[in-house]
Amino acid sequence: MTDSKYFTTTKKGEIFELKAELNSDKKEKKKEAVKKVIASMTVGKDVSALFPDVVNCMQTDNLELKKLVYLYLMNYAKSQPDMAIMAVNTFVKDCEDLNPLIRALAVRTMGCIRVDKITEYLCEPLRKCLKDEDPYVRKTAAVCVAKLHDINAQLVEDQGFLDTLKDLISDSNPMVVANAVAALSEIAESHPNSNLLDLNPQTINKLLTALNECTEWGQIFILDCLASYLPRDDRESQSICERVTPRLSHANSAVVLSAVKVLMKFMEMLPKDLDYYGTLLKKLAPPLVTLLSAEPELQYVALRNINLIVQKRPEILKHEMKVFFVKYNDPIYVKLEKLDIMIRLASQANIAQVLAELKEYATEVDVDFVRKAVRAIGRCAIKVEQSAERCVSTLLDLIQTKVNYVVQEAIVVIKDIFRKYPNKYESVIATLCENLDSLDEPEARAAMIWIVGEYAERIDNADELLESFLEGFHDESTQVQLQLLTAIVKLFLKKPTETQELVQQVLSLATQDSDNPDLRDRGYIYWRLLSTDPVAAKEVVLAEKPLISEETDLIEPTLLEELICHIGTLASVYHKPPSAFVEGSRGVQHKRLPPRAGSGESTESPDVGQSGPSEAPPAVIPSQGDLLGDLLNLDLAPPTATVPSVQPSMQMGAMDLLGGGLDSLLGGDIGGSPSMGAGLGAAPAAMPASLGGAPAVGGGLGDLFDLGGGVGMPTGSYVAPKTVWLLAMKAKGLEISGTFARRGGIIQMDLSLTNKAMSVMTDFAIQFNRNSFGLAPAGPLQVLTPLSPNQTIDVSLPLSTSGPVMKMEPLNNLQVAVKNNIDVFYFSCQYPLSLLFVEDGKMDRQVFLATWKDIPNDNEAQFQIKDIHLNSDVASNKLQGSNIFTIAKRTVEGQDMLYQSVKLTNGIWVLAEMRIQTGNPNYTLSIKCRAPEVCPFVYQCYELVLKN
Amino acid sequence: MSASAVFVLDLKGKVLICRNYKGDVDMSEIDHFFTLLVQQEEEGLLCPVMSHGNVHFLWIKHSNLYLVATTNKNSNASLVYAFLYKLVEVFTEYFKELEEESIQDNFVVVYELLDELMDFGFPQTTDSKILQEYITQQGNKLEVAKTKVPTTVTNAVSWRSEGIRYKKNEVFIDVIESINVLVNANGSVMSSDIVGSIKLKTMLSGMPELRLGLNDRMLFALTGRDKGKAVTMEDVKFHQCVRLSRFESDRTISFIPPDGESELMSYRINTHVKPLIWIESVIEKFSHSRVEIMVKAKGQFKKQSVANNVEIRVPVPSDADSPKFKTSTGHAKYVPEKNLVVWSIKSFPGGKEFLMRAHFGLPSVENHEMEGRPPITVKFEIPYFTVSGIQVRYMKIIEKSGYQALPWVRYITQSGGERRFLNG
Repeated sequence: MTDSKYFTTTKKGEIFELKAELNSDKKEKKKEAVKKVIASMTVGKDVSALFPDVVNCMQTDNLELKKLVYLYLMNYAKSQPDMAIMAVNTFVKDCEDLNPLIRALAVRTMGCIRVDKITEYLCEPLRKCLKDEDPYVRKTAAVCVAKLHDINAQLVEDQGFLDTLKDLISDSNPMVVANAVAALSEIAESHPNSNLLDLNPQTINKLLTALNECTEWGQIFILDCLASYLPRDDRESQSICERVTPRLSHANSAVVLSAVKVLMKFMEMLPKDLDYYGTLLKKLAPPLVTLLSAEPELQYVALRNINLIVQKRPEILKHEMKVFFVKYNDPIYVKLEKLDIMIRLASQANIAQVLAELKEYATEVDVDFVRKAVRAIGRCAIKVEQSAERCVSTLLDLIQTKVNYVVQEAIVVIKDIFRKYPNKYESVIATLCENLDSLDEPEARAAMIWIVGEYAERIDNADELLESFLEGFHDESTQVQLQLLTAIVKLFLKKPTETQELVQQVLSLATQDSDNPDLRDRGYIYWRLLSTDPVAAKEVVLAEKPLISEETDLIEPTLLEELICHIGTLASVYHKPPSAFVEGSRGVQHKRLPPRAGSGESTESPDVGQSGPSEAPPAVIPSQGDLLGDLLNLDLAPPTATVPSVQPSMQMGAMDLLGGGLDSLLGGDIGGSPSMGAGLGAAPAAMPASLGGAPAVGGGLGDLFDLGGGVGMPTGSYVAPKTVWLLAMKAKGLEISGTFARRGGIIQMDLSLTNKAMSVMTDFAIQFNRNSFGLAPAGPLQVLTPLSPNQTIDVSLPLSTSGPVMKMEPLNNLQVAVKNNIDVFYFSCQYPLSLLFVEDGKMDRQVFLATWKDIPNDNEAQFQIKDIHLNSDVASNKLQGSNIFTIAKRTVEGQDMLYQSVKLTNGIWVLAEMRIQTGNPNYTLSIKCRAPEVCPFVYQCYELVLKN
Repeated sequence: MSASAVFVLDLKGKVLICRNYKGDVDMSEIDHFFTLLVQQEEEGLLCPVMSHGNVHFLWIKHSNLYLVATTNKNSNASLVYAFLYKLVEVFTEYFKELEEESIQDNFVVVYELLDELMDFGFPQTTDSKILQEYITQQGNKLEVAKTKVPTTVTNAVSWRSEGIRYKKNEVFIDVIESINVLVNANGSVMSSDIVGSIKLKTMLSGMPELRLGLNDRMLFALTGRDKGKAVTMEDVKFHQCVRLSRFESDRTISFIPPDGESELMSYRINTHVKPLIWIESVIEKFSHSRVEIMVKAKGQFKKQSVANNVEIRVPVPSDADSPKFKTSTGHAKYVPEKNLVVWSIKSFPGGKEFLMRAHFGLPSVENHEMEGRPPITVKFEIPYFTVSGIQVRYMKIIEKSGYQALPWVRYITQSGGERRFLNG
């Protein structure tokens, strides 16, 4: 006899009948009726009308019946809040039952009844259960606090349950500890500012002890909680790591991944020269590999995480290529992820094997997998230079298979290979051209057209080929249209005599017959360029392109760091920060890796020397550069290889001032068509000199040079006097005062360290938190001799702007950590923005005009600078000392207007107009910038400079 | 942190049973699950995580059921999958088989289990042996007064109850090794590894303390002992009864075992092994008429050993018909629904070589569908033998009552995953 019989009653009047049965005197009948009710509920029938009758059955000594009634309550209490109150008495009573099973059941269930009205009645029973003698009840009550907090946070706080919960971390029973940790973490997650989990070495020690004794799930709660702790120093970090590593041998994959998370995070704090660091690296590889024998879904999570780990610390798995080889019966999602990791691990040492595998994959049947395999061959070519030739010949073999999608994919990647190794593999062009007709995907067509245009001079019938595409111009996708336009212009510049007609045709198609603004604008730009100055056109259109690199698909470093902190979670599976997909988490602090510690580290300029994909830290910058290059060269519209890496930084949104600034500048230049020529000419400031400093721009250039040359760099920038940043009483006797200066293009932080303690201080080191402009120490803090008591030492620390970027509030805020033999101290200070004004910040006059117009008026800010008694020339001279350049001066009716430009280290331009009326000590300053948030800080600099 | 709710769905996406743990995701969101699944299946981009709006579905499939967890937080995905698989394990141990019918037949117990296994999204007690002590299918027989929480639930030893009694105290140890070898078309071994597992069947009274000694090279190095053959284990995973920190510090495998059957540990060894049964094949396809297959199998292991229940699976084109076979031993069978020929050999002595020929007709009309090229796979078991040479040196059993217990050890080698013998 099975329970399925309960599902079979479908007669009419069922509810009525059930009601009668529920009120029956016979216990057995009652229970049968409740089972029928639950069965109906299970299949989705609404049985809420029976609420009072079911609740009446609650007072029973039959455990099974009680559980069923409780289940019913959880389901329907919300829809019958008034009646739910009927249940309160039973809960209160059950919480005092002799049997701990009943007590726990009651406390577990009552937390699931999400009716605000009854919550306050539950506080007393909960309080008792939290102190229950039976650990089974206590562990259930701990979770109940989290439930109650979810319904009514205020109530939980007022009742002091949070403190009780914190006390449970010291409970003698490991299961209770684990659940208390889980509940606290859950509450802390929804209330990031509650400071609930103020972990300290004592609590950490308790957690680590419980870790050895609790269930596998409890171990995960504890490990996840540990991961949010920030050890005080590398020694503590190491000792936690030592106690966490045994978890790597746990049979449960989730325990292993959570342990990996803790280790990956805390490793950051260990000095790389420490023996233990190397040991730990070695210990991580085997468990990661073993995860690949878990169930496919767990493999998938593991692979997504390995993808991150390989980018963060490529050395861990560099010898494990083979385990990522695809198996025939792997699910597709596992196959695709393995492929991705294979490319990341590809190196000269293993490339032959990898290519042999990839070639096999490319002959499989699953289209998506095959495409990705072909693409992977191209990525190998770009990544491992020595293998490029082999890759190209493999691709050609694949093209010979004539499988349509294989051919198309191969052509797309060959285009990228051409961009990486120009003038090397052109011999294959003929083979590619043979397949022209079979290309029906826009990306492949665009790639082929790009190749034809780029190598037009070597393809005899390039004009015919391009013409054939032109016939159906309007049916092509935008990508292909843009590409065709550029390719034909390139062709024209290379073979002007035969292709005049063709170029006319495409220009008119693009400008007159198309309603796509991008296409039209690009058409006009070409047209104007070609008609006004063919030489310049050639220099712009046929300019050397920056080479694409294999770094382009790497995750942007700040995001990578954040994702490492989320190993094992959905964020690590999506490769997106939680704020991107969890509602209400936008204000939540982004998790970060602990600051790198260890004094050895700051001197050795760590990663750069080693090979491996993720070792080039400023990956965003090159990819931004690429984007710039692409736009300038008007290359393939969405540059396939670069886009993925740009996206993550865009997702970071406002966090990334740098990205935003550059992009918006670019956007403006391209958009505003009249300024176009000039905009293109001026942008090379951020470009390799290949565009040759805009020779095409005549006019105002001459007198600008005069101005610049005449003034030179006479005064040097203003340096504020030192102020105290760190009080001795807050830093165990170390007092730090300092200021910032920019000297000859070098940013320096001038520090005075005073020892006001009784003992000698040694081993100084300094680190900055991420900041708005990526300021970072360019070298170690040079305090060579120990600092004796009452001694003061002055140090100048050179700074670079290539550190990690994060927007700060205020913008110019800098958080600094200084370490000595005694402790680590933190302080924050603010730097004048003029620190970041670069020496080549003088904008061309025409560009200035165009840019000024182009920046929307909303971005303009006006300020008053009061009580200045300088004439305009002296003022402009003074400002020039701080790299605020006057581009032009106009005098209208006794009023001097100075037009000035400033460029920041990250490429943001600031334009200013300063009005000085003779006899009036108050200047009016208007500042325009695409990143308006910098304006007030620029104004501050004006004031500082002019008043000192 | 983890799941907001857990659902069990049938193959058509109908909810069979569900449990709402946190109430922060609307239960009707599950209606989108099946639509998404079908959509992804059509696109061929199936993924174990799917999302609709801000709700994420993490799912696994088991026989004719989908087990789905929903969440709208940044949940610990690996925990959720591990939990879903644990759910399958527990239900299977309760109902023998987990399928649509068993859920319906036992819905009351399923509800009880769902209530006990997870609380507010946090997995709790998931050890089915312990659960069976207080959640039973004969629920109606248990009156409240008699049902108590087994102390085991909250004990540090949460996997073994006290008071277990056996007349004869014995423990059976099975060392099972599977070898995974990948061979490419031209016969070279692409990768090989050994995955071993040590399984226990414990029939011991009381709370015995066990210590297992293996010929582990790391252990020998630590203890300075250097005799006999030792084995280097690349990675080891233990059942939660094993004291991991103890193993970490001195490589001692010490534990209080769960009662009955359990997997004590698994290990991985990276050594170069050659396939134990070597396969050579020639497949000649004459389009529009026939396909001829010749497979040669050679036992590349010790002459004294015998491989049992050997199965060699050879893929054939899906449109093949009228099979004819000739074998030098065993028998061959055509399995049309899997497009396979299965050649079975009951016992295959080491060093011997056997042959099979198959002949199929092909239709005169060309099959235009692209077909994958599945590998030839081999299944077998070789008793009394491990490839790695791993050995159980001792199993010490200490219980305070001081009884004598006997350990029994068996070794067996199996074919593991796949072998790839691709051919033209």
